[in-house]
Amino acid sequence: MTQGMKKNEVPQDKSNLESANFKELCYAVDENGEYTTELSTGWSPKTIALNNAIEALNERIAASKQRVRELKASPLEYYMELHKMDLPILASYVGIWKWRVKRHFRPAVFNNLNNKTLQKYADVFEVTIEELKRTDL
Amino acid sequence: MEIDFKHKQAAHCENGVVANLMTYNGFTVSEPMVFGIGSGLLFTYIPFLKVNYAPVVSYRAMPGIIFTRFATRVGIKIKREKFRNPQTAKARLDENLKRNNPVGLQVGVYNLPYFPDEYRFHFNAHNMVVYGKKEGTYLISDPVMETVTSLTEKELEKVRFAKGAFAPKGHIYYPTAFPEKLQLEKAIIKGIRHTCRDMLAPVPIVGVKGIRKIAKLIRKWPKAKGIKIANHYLGQIVRMQEEIGTGGGGFRYIYAAFLQEVGKLLANDRLLELSKEMTLIGDQWRDFAVEASRIYKNRSNNVAVDQYDHVATLLEDIANKEEVFFKKLKKAI
Repeated sequence: MTQGMKKNEVPQDKSNLESANFKELCYAVDENGEYTTELSTGWSPKTIALNNAIEALNERIAASKQRVRELKASPLEYYMELHKMDLPILASYVGIWKWRVKRHFRPAVFNNLNNKTLQKYADVFEVTIEELKRTDL
Repeated sequence: MEIDFKHKQAAHCENGVVANLMTYNGFTVSEPMVFGIGSGLLFTYIPFLKVNYAPVVSYRAMPGIIFTRFATRVGIKIKREKFRNPQTAKARLDENLKRNNPVGLQVGVYNLPYFPDEYRFHFNAHNMVVYGKKEGTYLISDPVMETVTSLTEKELEKVRFAKGAFAPKGHIYYPTAFPEKLQLEKAIIKGIRHTCRDMLAPVPIVGVKGIRKIAKLIRKWPKAKGIKIANHYLGQIVRMQEEIGTGGGGFRYIYAAFLQEVGKLLANDRLLELSKEMTLIGDQWRDFAVEASRIYKNRSNNVAVDQYDHVATLLEDIANKEEVFFKKLKKAI
């Protein structure tokens, strides 16, 4: 237990910030109890939380990749996960109603989409239509 | 063109943009001052909404509202504009830069190239200042970064027109009129009163009651949702509390810094004492994060249920302390 976050106690743990040479600003008190700021390279409790969240995300990506390969889902579902999106976000980006986007996750429906609709998805995911249609991810 | 704009790193983007824009216009205000006067401190649990497949708690007021409150309370005017068309949005930005006027922009984080990959989520309430344009590249002062940076026209358009919740729609804002002298004293009192009212609100999901509500949920999650999901939820709470921008301890340290600054400015010793007390409450939030991380560290499915009860108790203790604290703060001004 600490007695007030001290300037020299601002955590400098290893974190994902390091790769980008990124430091965040924290508020702490100096030896006289005056508030000041100090840069931090990271703090384990939140790095662990972030890493867990990323791991959970990667599991979702892997699972949807598998579904696409087994032709149980269209590649749109995979690209949505890959771009850390969920249904409302993807629907908002392509400007198509959620229920329609959800339908497009069904391979049978996806295979019948016209090029105009496909292009909307391709633009959002920054791939070509040919790439978007590939199921051998 | 490049405007002579002084970049100063801040903990939180919105406070930082406001503090830097104020400084540019000849009024030096600190980040904690903006945060305190704008009544940024809060705790809310937002039911029925899930982000990243977990419940949402927020330790701060709604995006944008800190600046609005700050402006009204100290007596400055802000101009805000949103756009449907990216071309118009770009033209308006360029006009302002030509007039030597640095502007604040609301942007999405997901496509910011200078952010670490792990931090690029679909979060649309980030703020930055554009202070110039050189050879087709915009000069950017992003308050959470140590130094200034730049974005190409295409990159900036993408983040200004990010989609999803809180879509920025090219949102541009800047102060247009200033009083001769900032009316700080009144503004500070208003800001503090508002925060006390929020934190003591008789609403089950807001303020002290909101903290108690989350504590109750944490006790329930392992049984109701299973260990894996309970840990995911717990991790999300800690992330919101300690995310970049909070300055540590769910904004509690920034608020303590505000109370210290204000205590000196108004020569009010009660506020100086309360600042120390808020720092200790910040420490308790940090302790909660440490204990919670012990639970979700292993991602294993073997966690004794009493560990969840333990962190829930920590939160309830914080809620009790904050309840006493904000009652005292209300009387201190």
